[in-house]
Amino acid sequence: MNLTLKIWRQANAKARGAFETYNVSDISPDSSFLEMLDILNLQLVRAGKDPVVVEKGCRGPVAFDHDCREGICGMCSLYINGRAHGPDDDITTCQLHMRKFKDGDTITIEPWRSAGFPVVKDLVVDRGAYDKILQAGGFISVNTGGVPDANAIPIPKPKADESMDAAACIGCGACAATCKNGSAMLFVAARVSSLALLPQGKMEAARRAKAMVAKMDELGFGACTNTQACEAECPKGISVAHIARLNREFLSAKLKD
Amino acid sequence: MANIFSSSIGKKFVMSISGAFLLVFLLLHASINLAAVASEEAYNMACHFMDTNILIQIMVPVLALGFVVHIVYAIILTLHNMKARPVKYAVGNQAEATFASRNMFVLGLIVLGFLTIHLSHFWAKMQLQHFVGGTATENPYLLVKTTLSNPANAIMYLVWIWALWFHLSHGFWSAFQTLGASNQIWIPRLKVASYIYATIIAVSFTIVPLYFVLFAK
Repeated sequence: MNLTLKIWRQANAKARGAFETYNVSDISPDSSFLEMLDILNLQLVRAGKDPVVVEKGCRGPVAFDHDCREGICGMCSLYINGRAHGPDDDITTCQLHMRKFKDGDTITIEPWRSAGFPVVKDLVVDRGAYDKILQAGGFISVNTGGVPDANAIPIPKPKADESMDAAACIGCGACAATCKNGSAMLFVAARVSSLALLPQGKMEAARRAKAMVAKMDELGFGACTNTQACEAECPKGISVAHIARLNREFLSAKLKD
Repeated sequence: MANIFSSSIGKKFVMSISGAFLLVFLLLHASINLAAVASEEAYNMACHFMDTNILIQIMVPVLALGFVVHIVYAIILTLHNMKARPVKYAVGNQAEATFASRNMFVLGLIVLGFLTIHLSHFWAKMQLQHFVGGTATENPYLLVKTTLSNPANAIMYLVWIWALWFHLSHGFWSAFQTLGASNQIWIPRLKVASYIYATIIAVSFTIVPLYFVLFAK
């Protein structure tokens, strides 16, 4: 396949970015999207663009985030042709394959755009905001003591299942990236919901919801208008029903104060 | 309750409560309207009731407040949401989402724009006069008939009503979702209820201008 790529290039967080156009040829439809970018980068390095030292006027290879490349780590991102994680459902960018595109296509690749996710370089954004939200309350407090028996606390199967569905969140940031309001509600809801459904997490549910929402607002994420775009683009298909639970937890906690 | 309204969910809470209140108002408005299609006497009786009933007199300022709160919070939230994406995407978002859910603020502006014209057509000449001590129109039915039998006005009302349909088709279920009164099973059910509610309102509103422009002699 021969493709034209329009890629956002930005030297660093403070620099002004712009789109640059590249051509790649002989790409196998069976290669993954990230492999296609690897090929482009190899091409750029071979053309004399030093991968380490970025000379004046020479941008070097395209920087993008990736790690496990099997859809579980949440490291890859990319907003491809208007869709977070590209034109396929329930996948991360690393699981996207070139067969989803046509020969001769022009593909526009942008970084996540959100006030909470500043661009570090090219297509790499800083998703530390999600870590900060987690640190605000996305955990259970475990005091030391003897190891309790497994299954000592009975949990109804439907609740355990729903909790696990929410716990599938890999924190990739696609929800905030695709939301027209740049809202991180699906991420926060997945964490709050998965813990609130279990007896171990229920104890701190009120404090958790309040602390995580406060941190989310503080970091500049928008408010939810229930478009459900986040659910459509979430690589783990996490339902907005968890947002309803977050709203419930948050409002009941606040009204009790 | 501390700082509830400074949080994003707290502001959304205000939107959903004020929105739900306006949803109830629309049902009352639509049912009174239909009296105009029934007969001149029925409509004038209904208008007399709206002008004299004490509960309605109390609710008019509350309703106005409901509108103001809904609009003010919509502006606050929209500005907040615009700030959450300082650099826009070059390619428009292709993620699956309904037209109405993506355009609630714009639809709201359209509804508000026509609302001011609508109030000047009717309310300013009817109920408002009772509040300010002026003289209200003697025959409300005649006012409705002359206004709506003008095809330009009728078309304007139809455009307005169907923009409102889109706004309601998302707003109804969205209010439940924001209040936390939904779950995986109830989200699809509430969405169906949303379309049913929006259609009942829009159809009953549509009947009136259509009736006057086509049949009123």
